Amino acid sequence: MMHSPLLVRLALIATTASLLSACVSVVSVAPANNPVASVVPSNGPGSKVKMTDAAKVAVVLPKGSDPKAGPAPFGSTYKPLPSQLTALVGGHILTATGEEIDSGTVVIDGGKIVAVGKDVQVPAGAKIVDAKGKWITPGIIDIHSHLGVYPSPGVESLSDGNEMTEPNTAHVWAEHSVWPQDPGFNRARAGGVTTLQILPGSANLFGGRSVTLKNVPALTTEGMKFPGAPYGLKMACGENPKRVYGHKGRSPATRMGNVAGYRSAWIQAASYKRKWDDYRAKIAKGEKADPPERSLNLDTLSGVLAGEIRIQNHCYRADEMATMIDISREFGFKISVFHHSSEAYKIADLLAKEGICYATWADWAGFKMESYDGIAENAAIGQKAGACVIIHSDDPIMTQHLNQEAAIAMGAGARMGLPVSRADAIAWITLNPAKGMGIDDQTGSLTPGKNADVVLWSGDPFSVYSTADTVFIDGAVVFDRKDPRYQPKSDFELGQPGEGVHP
Amino acid sequence: MIRKTSLIAAASALSLLAALPAAAQTIAIVGGHILSQGPAGDIPSGTVLIKDGKIVAVGTKVAVPADAKIIDASGKTVSPGLVLPSTSLTVAEVEQIGDTIDDSAGKRMGAAFDVQYGVNPNSALIPLARLSGVTRAVVTPVLGRGGSGGHKDDGADDFSGSFEDGEASLFAGQVATATLAAGVTEAVVKAKIGMALDLGEAGAAYAGGSRGAAIVLMKSALDDARHYARNRTAFDMGASRPYPYSRDDLEALIPVVEGRMPLLVRVHRASDITQILKFASEQKLKLILEGAEEGWMVADAIAKAGVPVLVDGQADLPGSFETLGSTLQNAGRLNAAGVTVAVMGSRDYNNLRQGRFNAGLAVSYGLPYSAAMASVTINPAKIWGLADRIGSLEPGKDADLVIWTGDPLEVTTYATSVFIQGKEQPMTSRSLELAERYRPGKSDYPPAYR
Repeated sequence: MMHSPLLVRLALIATTASLLSACVSVVSVAPANNPVASVVPSNGPGSKVKMTDAAKVAVVLPKGSDPKAGPAPFGSTYKPLPSQLTALVGGHILTATGEEIDSGTVVIDGGKIVAVGKDVQVPAGAKIVDAKGKWITPGIIDIHSHLGVYPSPGVESLSDGNEMTEPNTAHVWAEHSVWPQDPGFNRARAGGVTTLQILPGSANLFGGRSVTLKNVPALTTEGMKFPGAPYGLKMACGENPKRVYGHKGRSPATRMGNVAGYRSAWIQAASYKRKWDDYRAKIAKGEKADPPERSLNLDTLSGVLAGEIRIQNHCYRADEMATMIDISREFGFKISVFHHSSEAYKIADLLAKEGICYATWADWAGFKMESYDGIAENAAIGQKAGACVIIHSDDPIMTQHLNQEAAIAMGAGARMGLPVSRADAIAWITLNPAKGMGIDDQTGSLTPGKNADVVLWSGDPFSVYSTADTVFIDGAVVFDRKDPRYQPKSDFELGQPGEGVHP
Repeated sequence: MIRKTSLIAAASALSLLAALPAAAQTIAIVGGHILSQGPAGDIPSGTVLIKDGKIVAVGTKVAVPADAKIIDASGKTVSPGLVLPSTSLTVAEVEQIGDTIDDSAGKRMGAAFDVQYGVNPNSALIPLARLSGVTRAVVTPVLGRGGSGGHKDDGADDFSGSFEDGEASLFAGQVATATLAAGVTEAVVKAKIGMALDLGEAGAAYAGGSRGAAIVLMKSALDDARHYARNRTAFDMGASRPYPYSRDDLEALIPVVEGRMPLLVRVHRASDITQILKFASEQKLKLILEGAEEGWMVADAIAKAGVPVLVDGQADLPGSFETLGSTLQNAGRLNAAGVTVAVMGSRDYNNLRQGRFNAGLAVSYGLPYSAAMASVTINPAKIWGLADRIGSLEPGKDADLVIWTGDPLEVTTYATSVFIQGKEQPMTSRSLELAERYRPGKSDYPPAYR
């Protein structure tokens, strides 16, 4: 496929066209209907190969002019740490797919989960981990994190989470703000967090691209990037954009200003997308065409319209979430996840029907008017309605205790007669965020074939007394509470008073 | 304290009024696992007898009078009501709505600021706190902009490193304690029980930018208070030397310099703790520390000075250069050194559920369970001089107690009954009403009719 006759023919046509016309400065070989060209500029090594190949045939193109030509920029360089054939034996397992298995075994091989169950044969040569009395869950996934972009220490020099200079900053990418030495990554790992979505702040209508990271220590952000994870676009409803820009004496200063701002941007994005689609169609037919001028901002927005980038929408109030759904219909895109969503329980049926996940805290609420109606029963009511419920942190402390945050929400459900089982509640912090981030084919549950992102807990993870004892990412031990060799410290922590007092 | 039954919510008021037992009633809570935090210790199955709002007996062999209302607590746990050791609860409602925030003095005063006047017994957050088993709040003023804590979800960074000269004194103001009982018109139980002060980076910023200035200014203020106390007449006649602080501020500091009123100092770095311990010893001040993330590094000195510490049980990040040594082991290590520890949640009044969970968390990091229970009950009571009335289930004390579905420090546990001064509290809140309104189910009418 990489050397399909179609591509070769197109390349020839394109080359000829550029030779004939001096005014064509940018030529793309990527027609809109070509599966190679429609690959998301993601982190996947697979797509990188295809892109490189496509670029090869478009030798005359100035680099960087076509968002779909060439390798995806800032590609993942993540390499799993060394792992070995391992069997966690005799543990109490929550698979996050609704199963609770008492005294079961999880087998990890080649970085993948290969077997989960009660009557699993331990393969010969496996390293055996005695999990008796312990619990085993998938790695915790925090879908709303600002680690790295708002790192510790929280000093201005390191604070890079919010490009509060214009209401639409869809062109900024959170990964360019991440400081990989943030000690918060280490604390989160000690709390069982294996995967994080790092988001830009919420001052803007369009805050920029998110990045999905494996929670491994690395020198670069690329070294943490989750291969193949789609990008997200952070959007924000309500008070933050209108307050930030209203105070600057510019739009948006009201919620209606917010909505006008979203719609204006989507109109531009649709136009941009059409120009590129037209251009690619012409090139595909061998016609002469001028490529549109590339816009980083509209690359992201049109990526949403193409279904390649997922909307991660900070939105508290029920009525505003409904408005955002209306906007998504008007412009033909999909909202993946509402974040914070303090009032999701008021429209749980709608969110379930629309297939939109909502990420919330248990009961962190009341700090502003749009969070005034936040209740601890939010998750349990959504669970009852069949919605995809996520518990998130948005906080470098809470991310370390997402299991307990889920437990608070579970307890509140029980109190109002809407009990949620542990088998279901664990999905709030594992499989459901994986779904919301579009990585559930790779992680989020203890399912054979998925990445071995696993936490071995000292006990019931829904207890305040339980701790994450051993954490695996892609089958490798990345944290061990009892073994200092697996308790990484960031460069910043060395020689500081806190060195050696964690976990 | 004035104890009039008033309405908290018009709709439920009448039924509530009817439901409230008379204070004179005798109540026997039987069969519960009692964590008394007093001389009675832990009782696997016992009785707490309440009469006229006071505890009259705790034990396994308590005779229950024939006229007593009997509450079966078998299978449940009974503990003293929890005490928030430092909070903005009752003086702060919605963080981002400045008009609802009364926990700081602003520009006009410092030490004289008296938080008691802002206490609102009808705060919608009080029922929420009660449902979390909290029966008493120690309301402490904060320095500067008010509405401390809270969740900053827009990343609007608050690098408030500088304040205008003369904006306020270093002192945040005077502490009060409030009951969280429903149906009271006056919630303040005792005012002026402490003086709050921020040191470290915040104090330095107030003092013009550095720690050296903060301590010198503090010493100067205390010296002035002593001087003023000896020269009131001269001051009134305009014959004393000028003071940079107002008469009100100086008056407020007199009990502090006389060692009658504890000084609550928010401090974080080990070296700052050392300095304030030394300073307090020289000045003969009665000290309480809050925060003290690096307290474990100087735990022995804190213990030797007999200074209690209010610890945020979750703090484990080097969030600033004064908390580089933050660790979850702080509470456990301080306790092991002999320091009286009260565990608090973050100060966020919207996050007040966190206190008891933080105590539970500390258990996993070296704090013995008994010390963890004490850290949210009897210890905060002792620290604030309230232990003669509250903090444990002991005959003679106020009947502030909670019946729980299980271990009070466990995340999935919740309170099923709360008593304050012997009165059974309504187990509802604005949040629960919202949850009920949106309980899954079909209706032809909008939720507003539910």
